[in-house]
Amino acid sequence: MTMQMTQPAPVATTPRRLTPGDVAARTTSHNSLRETLSQTMSMAWRATKKMRRNPEQFFDVTIQPLLFTAMFAYLLGGGLSGSVEAYLPLVIPGILAQTALTACMATGVQLREDMEKGVFDRFKSLPMARIAPLAGPMIADLLRYAIASTLTFVTGIAMGYRPGGGVAGVAMAIVLTMIAGWSLAWVFTWVGTLARSAQSVQGISMMIMFPLTFMSNALVPVETLPGWLAAFVKVNPVSYVVTATRDLANDGQLTGHVGWALVACAAVIAVFAPLSVRSYKRHL
Amino acid sequence: MKHIPAVHAEGLVKSFGDFRAVDGVDLHVDQGEIYGVLGPNGAGKTTMLKMLATLLPIDGGRAEIFGVDVRRDPHRTRQLLGVTGQYASVDENLTANENLWLFGRLQGVSSRTSRATAAQLLEQFGLQEAANKPISQFSGGMRRRLDLAASLITRPPLIFLDEPTTGLDPRTRGQMWDTIRELVAGGCTVLLTTQYLDEADQLADRIAVIDRGRKVAEGTPDELKASVGNSTLRLRLTDAADQSEAAEVVRRLLGEDPVLSPESGRMNVALDAADRAADVLISLREAGIGITSVSVDAPTLDEVFLALTGHDTGEGSDPSATADKLQLEVAR
Repeated sequence: MTMQMTQPAPVATTPRRLTPGDVAARTTSHNSLRETLSQTMSMAWRATKKMRRNPEQFFDVTIQPLLFTAMFAYLLGGGLSGSVEAYLPLVIPGILAQTALTACMATGVQLREDMEKGVFDRFKSLPMARIAPLAGPMIADLLRYAIASTLTFVTGIAMGYRPGGGVAGVAMAIVLTMIAGWSLAWVFTWVGTLARSAQSVQGISMMIMFPLTFMSNALVPVETLPGWLAAFVKVNPVSYVVTATRDLANDGQLTGHVGWALVACAAVIAVFAPLSVRSYKRHL
Repeated sequence: MKHIPAVHAEGLVKSFGDFRAVDGVDLHVDQGEIYGVLGPNGAGKTTMLKMLATLLPIDGGRAEIFGVDVRRDPHRTRQLLGVTGQYASVDENLTANENLWLFGRLQGVSSRTSRATAAQLLEQFGLQEAANKPISQFSGGMRRRLDLAASLITRPPLIFLDEPTTGLDPRTRGQMWDTIRELVAGGCTVLLTTQYLDEADQLADRIAVIDRGRKVAEGTPDELKASVGNSTLRLRLTDAADQSEAAEVVRRLLGEDPVLSPESGRMNVALDAADRAADVLISLREAGIGITSVSVDAPTLDEVFLALTGHDTGEGSDPSATADKLQLEVAR
């Protein structure tokens, strides 16, 4: 009770002396870019705190890379490439994209769960940018993509995969996976703002995720596919990412595919970020 | 700048399908006052507050907060108010300290100032010892105080409190009331909703009574209570058949009709002052009318409602109804 260390903060008490009229005159009509960024980072900080206190959120990005890498390599390796070792350079980048996609599916489900809570009403009542509550958690999720892609490579290497791109190639592949994960997460964020419950987000997201991952070149070479399927696989943004990741990890080369993958990611963001913000605003 | 009202709303309307939750409410709150919106559950209080706080779109009418048009300029509006209610609460994944810091940061307060203000508010609200505990360990009263503290981090000039003491025990309620009074002493304007007449009475400078989305009365607490008398005498007659005679006795004595429940022989008499109860009882004895039970109470929200709208709050919170149940149980 003898503690008297906290002096009233000078800045905090100043606004009190302003009349409400002054405060009204000082309001701004919208958030500046700098404010929006700072709010987004604050929301990202909140999401990392939440992750640390709910470690079960890391299950999907730790177990799945181990499970999928081992499972698909042993299951399909012999049939598709003759041996597991020969299949690994093909499948590891595929699984990389697949786990990133599963990880970003969780983004939408968690957003929906979060939006049901009282604190989201407070967020809405604050003069903060409407994109911050959406983009913030997605930035925190970059950590999850990093864990997922690193573990996929570790599992692959343990099984005999020797990436030709070396450390630099693998690092670039991980960075590309994180970028791709962040971009594709906007699709699921959009679903999260649309759907009525977390369960329905899960259901809808599954139906988006399965075609996106399996109807791509992630697990099989495109040449083996029938024409109509190959046509879809070729425009699937996941295919661009997988091809680019293969170039980086296996050859250590910044090929045109990498450029196209980045363009595909940018296109996904350009479409789904505005849709998400609009749909989030409509929830008000 | 005293002439700009804190809240000015005209003909506010909110519909959910065919149901008009708020049906043309005018509201005028002056700077520095505590304005109470009183009404039962489902009367439209929260909906109205949410519209003013930009949490729900306004379907009809217009509203201004310190002269800022709520519908046209939601971003400016949000900078002028803090909202506390069962819906706008705090993050359960964070500690009290982290919550306040985050809400400061989200509103452009620097990290250092935010930390300092958080510490200051936690001390002011008696929460400093729980500053780093998980919110799940907080009691109801602590939660409410933290909710309120979270709205104050930027010291907004207007605070919305949606049922700030619903579900709190009497002692915690009293603490909350003190906190709200301090806010206003510090220059804040408060708009609060409540289901409790005594809360509005204790806190509010002016009260609006809301029923089925409409404002049915407005005035100071004294004006409002005067419309139903300052206290109520509740009687139960030995013989229900005496009721009309008893009513006549009361009418002659006070010049006003009592409220009768014919089937149970119950009678409620509004009194200007509690000591008039003795006069009524004496007159009844002189008239030879027997009484089984007597009590004198402050008017309840139900009675204010009955007086203002002609129907009760529809929540079965009528104390005499409870008394009936008790008697039934005793009879068994």
